[in-house]
Amino acid sequence: MKIQNPRSRAYKIFSIIVLVVLAILFLFPLYWIITGAFKPAVDIYNSKPVWWPTEWVTTNFQNLFKKRTAPLFSFFGLEGPVAPGAFRWLINSVFMAVMAMILTCITAAMAGYALAKKRFMGRALLFSLIVCAMALPKQVILIPLLKEMSALKLYDTLWAVIFPTVGWPFGVFLMKQFSEGIPGEILEATRIDGASEAKTFVTVVLPMVKPGIGALAIFTFINSWNDYFMQLVMLASGENYTISLGIATLQAETTIDKGLLMAGAALASIPIITVFLIFQKYFTQGITMGAVKG
Amino acid sequence: MAKQPQSKMSRALQRRENVAGYLFMLPSLIFFLGFVVIPMFICIGYSMTDATMHQKTATNFIFFENFITLFQDEVFLKGLWNTFIIVIVSVPAVCAFSLWVSSAIYKLNGPLLSAFRCIFYLPVVTGSVAVTVVWKWMYDNYTGILNSALTNMGILEKGINWLGDPKTALWCIILILFTTSVGQPIVLYVSALGNVDQTLVEAAQVDGATDLQVFWKVKWAQMMPTTLYILVITTINSFQCFALIQLLTQGGPNHATDTVMYYIYYTAFKLTEQAGHFGYANAMGVVLAIFIGLLSALQFKLAKEK
Repeated sequence: MKIQNPRSRAYKIFSIIVLVVLAILFLFPLYWIITGAFKPAVDIYNSKPVWWPTEWVTTNFQNLFKKRTAPLFSFFGLEGPVAPGAFRWLINSVFMAVMAMILTCITAAMAGYALAKKRFMGRALLFSLIVCAMALPKQVILIPLLKEMSALKLYDTLWAVIFPTVGWPFGVFLMKQFSEGIPGEILEATRIDGASEAKTFVTVVLPMVKPGIGALAIFTFINSWNDYFMQLVMLASGENYTISLGIATLQAETTIDKGLLMAGAALASIPIITVFLIFQKYFTQGITMGAVKG
Repeated sequence: MAKQPQSKMSRALQRRENVAGYLFMLPSLIFFLGFVVIPMFICIGYSMTDATMHQKTATNFIFFENFITLFQDEVFLKGLWNTFIIVIVSVPAVCAFSLWVSSAIYKLNGPLLSAFRCIFYLPVVTGSVAVTVVWKWMYDNYTGILNSALTNMGILEKGINWLGDPKTALWCIILILFTTSVGQPIVLYVSALGNVDQTLVEAAQVDGATDLQVFWKVKWAQMMPTTLYILVITTINSFQCFALIQLLTQGGPNHATDTVMYYIYYTAFKLTEQAGHFGYANAMGVVLAIFIGLLSALQFKLAKEK
């Protein structure tokens, strides 16, 4: 064991102090959202900041829910009971993120396996196309996408947000990284046993890339939930808004009622933060595997 | 990993691989080609037309006219300049900050490490809309916590109109962008630091290297691929900075926070004169993509030389 000199110990203590201060600063906006959402109007409009609500009230949420109403869902003409618009936005966000997640995981797992383990013609070309596309800012193709979606009659539906998310090649890249780790001998053995390609994929490949799928699922869910730009461009009517878009519109309407906005921000962020905290282990793994390996 | 050389594969086997490979690729390819690659080509095509949102007049092919106008457009040039400032300030800041934080936390015990990692990742997860909404309040001229905290501490004499002043507005945006950008690099650096070859570190220590020398000469050198990846993703993220601007300042005051990304959106959907110059906006998109491509290539080249 190396003996620590006093200077490096002093540095260690210093760095811990700085870290704690930074952590507090990074947590502060979230703290401010949550306390702000429950503050009464007197606290909100006070020119001196109120660090802790003088009284915890739900007025802000009540105002938020009163603001708009919409059917809880509408599915092929089937409409749900009328509920606060914010609930509909939440349901839309969940639907959008879950669909994007499922479709991305299925398509990316299959494609990643093919790119990693199948020696088909054009594989190298296809893979370099995927890597290049990953560096492209999504917003650049926004206008053509918009035209495409109106031509497909998908404009102002959640699918217009979901499909481009699924097409985004990051998932394929990530799953290729995970699939590289499958030993070729195992695949060879299953082939000799006479298993079909589909059966090999389901019974051998999928269980082995499960951690990758977990990482991709949580990654896609969070990204799709927070992809404000795409939602802003593709969704037009209030009923199809996602929670992010809904809160953004509220902000454009009322800049003064901060309590209402904080309630909205809390509603938009708490669910996604909860999901993140539950699955954060997979998440970290996904980010790391997505980075250049070798 | 030992793989069968291509030449040994029989033709039938190769055909089998082709069919299976493309069948597995098919679902993904439909989405990738349909919603990424094809729009990319349409974008390039559109950039050479005078297409507008409302097609009252026929669309004409005007070659590079859009690009020529673009580089004479003062607002675009201002946006390009602002975008560059954002990139030049935030990319090194994010890199240095996340490197320091990671080196300070990667040896901590498990729960503490993941707690810190989570906290720095939180602004990303919170989502740009919620983050912007709360920052807008914190920056507020009258009820914002920033002004009252700074005046109370005696740093400021009277409150600053943070977002309304062309001198401070861009820096306010950069600060928020910074807090929402460091999460991923920290995760990456922590894992890279954990993977550093310990034998090399020990060898250097035996040779009498100081901690600082070990860090720069051994660890930093080994983390180069990670740094490169972080540089590229942070650059792309900074270029794409949009939600913050659209929700906080809408490019104002007096174009002080206009970026290329915001100007594309503005031209396509908000410009009222002739409503939605799609062709022009697409030309900007093409220019932006070229810039990002060049910058990424440059970073790759620099990193390789080192």
